[in-house]
Amino acid sequence: MLAIAFYILAAVTVVSGALVITARNPVHSVLFLILAFFSAAGLFVLMGAEFLAMLLVVVYVGAVAVLFLFVVMMLDVDFTKLRQGFANYLPIGMVVGILLLIELIMISSAVAQRGAAAGQSPQVYGAEMSNIEAIGRVLYTDYVYVFQAAGLVLLVAMIGAIVLTLQHRTYVKRQDIHTQVTRRRKDAVAIVKVKTGEGIKE
Amino acid sequence: MTDANFWAGPWGWTIITIGQALAVIVGVMVSLAFLLWGDRKVWAGVQMRKGPNVVGPFGLMQSFADFFKFVLKEVIIPAGADKPVFLIAPLLTFVLAFMSWAVIPFAPGWVVSNINVGILYLFAISSLGVYGIIMGGWASNSKYPFLGGLRSAAQMVSYEVSLGFIIITVVLLAGSMNLSDIVNKQAGGFWNWNFLGGGGLLGLGIIKLPVMFGMMVMFYISALAETNRPPFDLPEAESELVAGYQVEYSSTPYLLFMIGEYANIVLMCAMITILFFGGWQSPIPMDSIIAPGTLAYTLISLGWFIVKVVFWFIMFAIAKAIVPRYRYDQLMRLGWKVFLPLSLVAVVIIAAYQVFGGNFA
Repeated sequence: MLAIAFYILAAVTVVSGALVITARNPVHSVLFLILAFFSAAGLFVLMGAEFLAMLLVVVYVGAVAVLFLFVVMMLDVDFTKLRQGFANYLPIGMVVGILLLIELIMISSAVAQRGAAAGQSPQVYGAEMSNIEAIGRVLYTDYVYVFQAAGLVLLVAMIGAIVLTLQHRTYVKRQDIHTQVTRRRKDAVAIVKVKTGEGIKE
Repeated sequence: MTDANFWAGPWGWTIITIGQALAVIVGVMVSLAFLLWGDRKVWAGVQMRKGPNVVGPFGLMQSFADFFKFVLKEVIIPAGADKPVFLIAPLLTFVLAFMSWAVIPFAPGWVVSNINVGILYLFAISSLGVYGIIMGGWASNSKYPFLGGLRSAAQMVSYEVSLGFIIITVVLLAGSMNLSDIVNKQAGGFWNWNFLGGGGLLGLGIIKLPVMFGMMVMFYISALAETNRPPFDLPEAESELVAGYQVEYSSTPYLLFMIGEYANIVLMCAMITILFFGGWQSPIPMDSIIAPGTLAYTLISLGWFIVKVVFWFIMFAIAKAIVPRYRYDQLMRLGWKVFLPLSLVAVVIIAAYQVFGGNFA
């Protein structure tokens, strides 16, 4: 049963990964990317890492990919224009692609042979510790500085994004909900008896 | 087939699980039909109308009549639509809405899949719900649905953040992500339920009471926004966007959207019940009257669960009837500038209490 589930999920992951690149419509690409994320989460479940699987779905599928889709859907891409320079860019693109592929293969083979995953299947804790506890224990003891540093990096990225987009413009009228709600009739309306032929004095 | 070990084997397990899943789906579907009727009745009652009252006694069969009306209509697919995505979108909404029910504990021991990360699973699946809407909006290749899809995506992503923090406060109180554990932790009367701070209120523990009550209110409001219900139904605001992402849908695909939407609403009611209202726990301990573990106990617990879910559903229905629609910028302001900081502070308070509270007891 596990083997069947693994092969189905793995096949879906690989095929949808391939379709991400080959799909003509960018929105379809993002949708296939989401499918790839989702089936990768399924693979995590098969390895007994259900917490990681759920995080993958919540963070990547539920938040990051939604924003991808959000942006891609609003792009107005002209494909005929995009394909015009295809032949010119093909050689350099292929060189970069092949270099990346070689690096990936070298890194992954090195990790498989000598790295953390060398020669042992992933360690599964028994019933005495759920993998949330296991991750929490490692994250907040051995790797607490790295973990905090990662948080700082994200904070810097967030501040950077805010600095780039925030513009203080003085002429913009802003709404203050508190003043709107607390506004009373007497602040805005005055009843004036107007005598005939005189009008209201300023 | 008569072998007793068969049911313990992989095939027997598969058959049992499929049976349980079917039972849950059918149960939810049938109750949805009546909840939908109840929703319309509450809505009508607030507006001093009669509501559906023709089909069957008190109009109870109205939902089934509507079902046949939708199914028998012609499926219209716009010529410019992206056909596969257009048809997958409602299916996705429908399937996701029912996937979540796998981890809901209906009564002691009555849960299809009692996984350790139950609450996270619920959160993950409900965060996927946005795809049905955004795909439907885009694939329709039409302006109003597209705007509705975009609005919905931004809205659901915004409110998920505060929803996540609110869930974390409950997880901190229960010390577990397993939904059955969260419910068991709230045993022993309504004063132990999480909306009143989850028990242990003597001394410094009293600080949990206002925090958790606020969390319950915020969860309710965020749930309204997450399920695109009024007053946050901007993705389908009829006065601005006709019907938002579902403008181009008709017949069965529309029906799937609608069932998925209502299944999500009931799921949110079940989530509030489990997280804050003690799940299937009786408000006054009944262990001394009926022995725990008997069938009667289980059925009464199921009854309590259903009563609580219906209560929250009525709250959803009333909000739909009495609250005017928010403006989009107000919605975003509420999500990011009010709920997010408040829920963050609540997480800090509850976490601090759980770690240091024992020192002052």
